[in-house]
Amino acid sequence: MRHSIFSLARNALSHHERWPRQWRSPSPKPAYDVVIIGAGGHGLATAYYLAKEHGISNVAVLEKGWLGGGNTGRNTTIVRSNYLWDESAAIYEKSLKLWEGLSRDLDYNVMLSQRGVLNLAHNLHDIREGRRRVYANQLCGIDAEWLSPAEVKAFCPILNTSPAIRYPVLGSTLQRRAGVARHDAVAWGYARAADARGVDVIENCEVTGFRIEQGRVMGVETTKGFIGARAVGCVAAGHSSVLAQMAGFRLPIQSHPLQALVSEPIKPILDCVVMSAAVHVYVSQSDKGELVIGAGIDAYNSYAQRGSFHVIESLMGALIELFPMFSRLKMMRSWGGIVDVCPDASPIIGATPVEGLYFNCGWGTGGFKAIPGSGWAFAYNLAKGEPHALNAPFSLDRFRTGALIDEHGAAAVSH
Amino acid sequence: MLLIDCPYCGPRDEIEFRYGGEAHIARPLAPDTLDDHAWSEFLFMRDNPKGVTAERWVHVHGCRRWFNVLRCTVSHRIMAVYRAGESRPAIEDRAP
Repeated sequence: MRHSIFSLARNALSHHERWPRQWRSPSPKPAYDVVIIGAGGHGLATAYYLAKEHGISNVAVLEKGWLGGGNTGRNTTIVRSNYLWDESAAIYEKSLKLWEGLSRDLDYNVMLSQRGVLNLAHNLHDIREGRRRVYANQLCGIDAEWLSPAEVKAFCPILNTSPAIRYPVLGSTLQRRAGVARHDAVAWGYARAADARGVDVIENCEVTGFRIEQGRVMGVETTKGFIGARAVGCVAAGHSSVLAQMAGFRLPIQSHPLQALVSEPIKPILDCVVMSAAVHVYVSQSDKGELVIGAGIDAYNSYAQRGSFHVIESLMGALIELFPMFSRLKMMRSWGGIVDVCPDASPIIGATPVEGLYFNCGWGTGGFKAIPGSGWAFAYNLAKGEPHALNAPFSLDRFRTGALIDEHGAAAVSH
Repeated sequence: MLLIDCPYCGPRDEIEFRYGGEAHIARPLAPDTLDDHAWSEFLFMRDNPKGVTAERWVHVHGCRRWFNVLRCTVSHRIMAVYRAGESRPAIEDRAP
């Protein structure tokens, strides 16, 4: 059923009790052309673009928990493409362009709100890096502007731009096309659209091992039995190292907790996204009125989906310095996700030492924005057996050749 | 917050320490003989286990010395603390 004002009105008359199920709950078939491990945003987007762009719909997406229950449902929903290096800018900008048409493409409202993202500068180095990134973005055809402190104040009046604070705001980059989207809707929209094209989304089906014969993957062992596959794509974020170990190789990835939290809902007050790498906090206001707040990872490796309180204390300190008016807001809930951090803060998308087994991981703290572009490029790689120009630079082999794409700091916020 | 039992200073809060990542990664003895693959393994590839891991910490706001910790990455329980240079202790309970 297509979503429209008419379907909404019709279902309103029946008290919204007759909406059809958004996707099936199929049992796994014995074999598929492609098996994707992980039904988060990236995995579901991969399945969708496999079916849509490449006509491969004999695809299963396996999920050990529930759909969109990992980092897709645990992030701060910021979407932007103002990365420094050409390779990153290309794939993130592809992603942002797909975001811009995504609600129509999926027939599902992902609630993209291009309200503008500020990346604040608090010292001379920040200013130089920020301006450099603005110029780099403009050369790549990505919208980017540099704002003076007065222009920052005009764009976001509640921000404290006093020169008297410990880390005064000395300027900011601005990407007007950047913003936020609705995290759950992205997973649900891709799942619904992929399902409609014949993709099997199989929840509560944990992968326990790979069947590998003569260096080639034949399928996966799961809690619902063996499932054969000609190609397997792993999109498991924080658990990528665990899957790689099952397949017999290692990844340059460390799994860390990344925490975020929301305040009590308040009336509309903050109409853009504000990020600061130096005092380290990022904040936006959700449609429900809550402030959505995040910052950096916990230092240690973890798979626990929770972190230490002092990390929250530090990001709240940064928030209060930038927005003194938020000092008496109550925080409602916090949560943690397990992010897969690469040494160069760039993802790994492509082939592995096992033939037919592909990984899409290492998105670290910034994967949400990349969901459409990542899925689009990974689907190409899985369908053709070779990388698209967009993901070729993000090979696992770059850690051997040394062609790293160092987005630490360059990516506008410390990962 | 973790409570880390520094082998030199005793139990202290996590905020006194800095994390140093996976322990027992020895610098190659003959670096000029390494090929790119071996360099890649040494520099970048990590076990990143789900379960018990051996990791380095430095008591940066205390004695400023490095030491190793056996910790579970699922429960965050610390199973052993030992000095740099000592080998990884065997522990009976490997479950989280």
